[in-house]
Amino acid sequence: MPTRVLVPTGALGITFDRAALARGIAAKPDIIAVDGGSTDSGPFSLGSGTSKYSRAATKSEWRDLMVARAEAGVPLVVGTSGTCGTDSTVDWMYDITREIAAELGQRIKVARLYSSQPADRVTKALAAGRVQPLSPAPPISAETLATMRNIVALAGAEQVQAALATGADIVIAGRTTDTAIISALPLARGEHAGAAWHGAKVGECGALCTTNPTGGVVLIEFDREGFTVEPLVEGAICTPDSVSAHMLYENSDPFILYEPGGHLDVTAARYDALDGRCVRVTGSRWVPGRYTVKLEGAALVGYQTSILAVLRDHRYVANAQRWVDELHAYLTDQIAKRMGLGAEAYALEFRLIGMNSALGDMENRQGEPVEVGVLGLITAPTAELAEEIGKLINPYVLHYPLTKDEELPTFAFPYSPAQSERGPFYEFALNHIMELADPMEAFRLEVSEVGYA
Amino acid sequence: MPKLGERVLRVRSKNAGPFWVTVDIFCGTPEVFGELKTGLRTETVAALFQQPSQLVKRFDIADLNVIKFSFPRPVVQGARADRDMHGAQWATLLAELDMRD
Repeated sequence: MPTRVLVPTGALGITFDRAALARGIAAKPDIIAVDGGSTDSGPFSLGSGTSKYSRAATKSEWRDLMVARAEAGVPLVVGTSGTCGTDSTVDWMYDITREIAAELGQRIKVARLYSSQPADRVTKALAAGRVQPLSPAPPISAETLATMRNIVALAGAEQVQAALATGADIVIAGRTTDTAIISALPLARGEHAGAAWHGAKVGECGALCTTNPTGGVVLIEFDREGFTVEPLVEGAICTPDSVSAHMLYENSDPFILYEPGGHLDVTAARYDALDGRCVRVTGSRWVPGRYTVKLEGAALVGYQTSILAVLRDHRYVANAQRWVDELHAYLTDQIAKRMGLGAEAYALEFRLIGMNSALGDMENRQGEPVEVGVLGLITAPTAELAEEIGKLINPYVLHYPLTKDEELPTFAFPYSPAQSERGPFYEFALNHIMELADPMEAFRLEVSEVGYA
Repeated sequence: MPKLGERVLRVRSKNAGPFWVTVDIFCGTPEVFGELKTGLRTETVAALFQQPSQLVKRFDIADLNVIKFSFPRPVVQGARADRDMHGAQWATLLAELDMRD
């Protein structure tokens, strides 16, 4: 019996095609799997333990999936709940699920898979030589681990299988690999292991592997030899190129993909077009290895305040770099004199929008912009200090002259106040793997019934 | 002088996790692929992104007419000095590279 996995979208929260979802349910899937997270938007989600997407968007999409699940009578799994997959975002997703179950009058069994890691677990594993750096990795120690706001481990297929084995209707998983929620059931049912992981990789971004990437929904059918991917959005097709090219996406190596317990090798994979719409893939290989899970961590670096001004005066636009360099030196001096703060106690950076704000030193083009945006970024140990520096520099960012003998210029400020608090600033601080003796050693399962009795 | 981006279908870049960036050149035809396979040196790409060339991984994928480069991000995604959270604008540097005929 083949195993059919319905993937509604590449990310819960960015919507999907409802008609295609209905087509997917009609095709009788064995499971519905959707990814709820990514590191794409940066370290803030993990640092703060909050979702990037709005609760309203998440709830409306999750509600439709819960209705579809009840109709199909199969499990529904969300991986990396709430963008970062910390315990707090699993609980957030659980809360949403309970609310919807009550509203829909559903009585369902929910398994929560928790992936957050207490720092001392990682510290002990580090001391025991069971934590290894990937390349490149920030240096870590017991001290740095203790200061991280959140650490998660990426669960693989085994932990998702354990959650499914509870008989849950819905699995709300914390951080998992993007692929594990899709590969778990096919692997548990003995489908081809290389195909299970390769098909999961192809499907993890939803319809990105089709010719209509915005539509969402795909169905992947796994069997003992390979997998077949079928797009469900009206008019969308999969071609051998659209499917094989997906291994390029967000992957540093397009042939190898590391997962807990081994790696996928697609060097010898064959992609065949079926009926002009579906693609059949065979020849993918799973190579078993040590059981390791990848770690992600975010550390609080400080608090930021930003300030934005726009130069439109031609002389200032033409001399923007010199102006900002002189302004920076002047401000460093003023901050030292008036606040008693040396340059090591905070960070102040200006970026010139219209010149090189996206690429910095790598920028190799020059133009004659009409205007230049001046984005000032202040990072300090406390929010109060960052804001205080923002207020101190505000009048100079507004009026700093190129020469001493001219009337003070006044640049364009788009807001009042010109400076805005950006809140806590986090950085990714782990790129490591942790070896486990047992896949569930670093993960926790909670099972409960929700909705009306 | 023609730009690389004018000769190929598309050049894109994106983070491959917070610590890497990957750049894909979709050449479109075996002819352009063959031309870039020999004509586009890894050292040139490394210099464009200010990377030591030994850190740049290169994949010439004939089946897809794709040339792919991956390298560690000089600034980790979202770190204080990062200017492009998704690394997606980096592709423009390669697309704007002058090509000798």
